[in-house]
Amino acid sequence: MKRYSEISGDGGSNIVAQVVAQRDRLKSRMDRIRHKVAVMSGKGGVGKSAVTVNLSTLLAMRGYRVGIVDADINGPSVAKMTGVRGRKLDTSENGVLPAIGYSGIKVMSTDMLLPFDETPVAWNGPSSTHAWVGTAEMGMVRELLTDTCWGDLDMLFIDLPPGPNRLNDIINLIPDLNGVIMVTIPSEVSELVVMKSISMVKELKIPILGLIENMGSYICKSCGSEEPLFPHSSVKDMAAYLNISYLGRIPFDPLISQALDKGLPFLAENKDSPSKKAFMKIGEKLIQCTEFQCRASL
Amino acid sequence: MKFLCVKCDEQMKFIKADTPEEGSVSIIFGCPKCNNQIAMLTNPQETQLVRTLGVNIGGGAAPHEPLTLTKGLMKDKPPLLDDDIVWTKEAEERLKMVPPFVQPMAKRAIISYAREKGIGEITLQVMDVVKEKSGM
Repeated sequence: MKRYSEISGDGGSNIVAQVVAQRDRLKSRMDRIRHKVAVMSGKGGVGKSAVTVNLSTLLAMRGYRVGIVDADINGPSVAKMTGVRGRKLDTSENGVLPAIGYSGIKVMSTDMLLPFDETPVAWNGPSSTHAWVGTAEMGMVRELLTDTCWGDLDMLFIDLPPGPNRLNDIINLIPDLNGVIMVTIPSEVSELVVMKSISMVKELKIPILGLIENMGSYICKSCGSEEPLFPHSSVKDMAAYLNISYLGRIPFDPLISQALDKGLPFLAENKDSPSKKAFMKIGEKLIQCTEFQCRASL
Repeated sequence: MKFLCVKCDEQMKFIKADTPEEGSVSIIFGCPKCNNQIAMLTNPQETQLVRTLGVNIGGGAAPHEPLTLTKGLMKDKPPLLDDDIVWTKEAEERLKMVPPFVQPMAKRAIISYAREKGIGEITLQVMDVVKEKSGM
């Protein structure tokens, strides 16, 4: 009787060829994007998506072609923050056309596939085990990356869900990921958790482009002085200790959340705010860092 | 997975795959020599896991459609609110016949089932199903 290796093919499914085709489609899409950068945090609620959207706005205002993929499948917020939520996605023969936000930012998120505000990302299927949901979520991220007509981009930000769990999957999907931007707030809890995430990123040997201290201070409305929002910030020291670049501190500014709630570009409308200045400094460092990395790889 | 016709020592060829039902796919293979056919009925959990990889079981010849996996995995029906659920007159009458102290519990169970299944109208049939499932 014939053995497994003596029979060619796999019974008709041709799974290997399908997976290869899938990888080729993703690669050809990603090859047209100069820089792919993941934005991650240790824990939720530190303003990771807000930082992603504002950095995207900044780069787009500088003339860069920018895209954002919302990899936070269960808590998508990028569509809302970029003002594209509720827009109908059109398809072409080449894939799905991303929603276009301020200054041409291309946005793709599962949020745009949900019919109503209250609709959660719920799963169709006979089981919802942890392993299955994890695989399903990454399958969805893969599709968002592969099936979106990103075109030629200078920068694609991948807004990850809180925690380091998904990074390994992203690396499998995008082996030439330029690096990771870490975001934290200066609370002891957040710093502790982000430190663990940084260690994991280092173990995976993924470049860390830098650490952003979000909501690091607030601006007194009366006198305009900058005061710390949390009692003892040690984010800068932590960055030095971990030997990673400290990209800067963004002051807490209610106008940022107001703008993001309305899907408006905060940076385009608040010309001289300290937060905008902070974002601009961080944006400059990011550009230098990714451009340098790009030149170094030539 | 490969299938071999033991009698002919010949690889069985894929003939057709049916639309998945409750997560299981029926795939028919036939021996090119003796024409004997077998059906493979896949395990729903394993099938589900393989599908999340974005591959087609039983043939990958279909042209690539964007976001197929994503759309297939997401339940696109909005969650029904209690007010959105309509009771037929007969269903309302039957609920009234349930002893008063059990009525709220029975109503909750029926609404919960309807919401879970995306059912917008409570009929006698829906009540029968819930009754059978809950043993009421």
